[in-house]
Amino acid sequence: MKSTWKKSIPILIIIIAFIVLAIWWPDKAEASSRVTLDYLKEMLLIMPPVFILMGLLEVWIPKDKIQQWLGSRSGVKGALISILLGTLPTGPVYVAFPLAGYLLGQGASVSNIILFLGSWAALKIPQMMLEIKFLGIGFASLRFGLTLVLLVIMGQIMQKVFNKKTEPLWTMHEEPAPPKSKGKDPILETTSK
Amino acid sequence: MITTLVIYGILVICLIFSLLKSKEKTLKAFKVAGQVLKKSAPSLIAVLGLVGLTLGILSPETISRLLGEEAGLIGTLIAAVVGAITLIPSLIAFPLAGSLLRAGSTVMTVAAFITSLMMVGIVTAPMEIKYLGKRFTLMRNGFGFIAALLLAFLMGVIL
Repeated sequence: MKSTWKKSIPILIIIIAFIVLAIWWPDKAEASSRVTLDYLKEMLLIMPPVFILMGLLEVWIPKDKIQQWLGSRSGVKGALISILLGTLPTGPVYVAFPLAGYLLGQGASVSNIILFLGSWAALKIPQMMLEIKFLGIGFASLRFGLTLVLLVIMGQIMQKVFNKKTEPLWTMHEEPAPPKSKGKDPILETTSK
Repeated sequence: MITTLVIYGILVICLIFSLLKSKEKTLKAFKVAGQVLKKSAPSLIAVLGLVGLTLGILSPETISRLLGEEAGLIGTLIAAVVGAITLIPSLIAFPLAGSLLRAGSTVMTVAAFITSLMMVGIVTAPMEIKYLGKRFTLMRNGFGFIAALLLAFLMGVIL
């Protein structure tokens, strides 16, 4: 089981780091484990519903719809949908990665995924309230505007690079992609077995 | 807390609709969820540990000590790097940024910190790679870092 070994290496390194910390800087180790536990609680609360929502998306929303809404031909409308999805008050950015990976796998364009992830992380409405309170409305609105412009530029550049891509982007489900002409959902097929 | 409620609210509504339309498909959705969970467990655990370690070592107090008095471009660069490494919830990050500003940090430094905090995530990279691939992750974070520095510069000039 070489692959399981490879997968557990990062976790081993982290455990060693914790031990080292505990020996030399016990107070830091204590703070670190407290933070880890806090985040563990948060993840245990947030991740299950996110995964179930992904499952529901997978089962109910056909691939061509996502391509139509968020694909490379979706234009300004697709960009607006991506930003809107991102600004919903729905948790930390690591929640967005599985969703983004899923959407990308279903044919959403790279530039829209950049907009989605970027606005999820940086343009959240509840977050803006805090920003205005602590940094002022001038700072907050200027940052909002500039971030949006930079995200659009970033998306366009990455889209150009990935148009020349050779490797598949979607790597989570390891089975080879079926021929496109069949129009069936690859993941659905594997789960129905 | 609100975000959790929103997610569970959305889930409940979607589940009710799904169950009304087809029990079979709903069951299939749960199976897909289980598969995704199994595949992402190792990277989730790694991210948890990394977040704990960075926040434990680079605590808000340490960060404000690092950036509070540091002025100039090097301070801005340090701010961007610290922001890129850490994952700090906005509930802590904005008060921290506010106190940095009051403690004498420049707008440029604070903007660099906040923006790279949001656009770049080194501790969450294992998860991002898992779902979006190495190349995508490297490019998004790389460009995000450049964007954060650019944005900080522009904000420093304008404000």
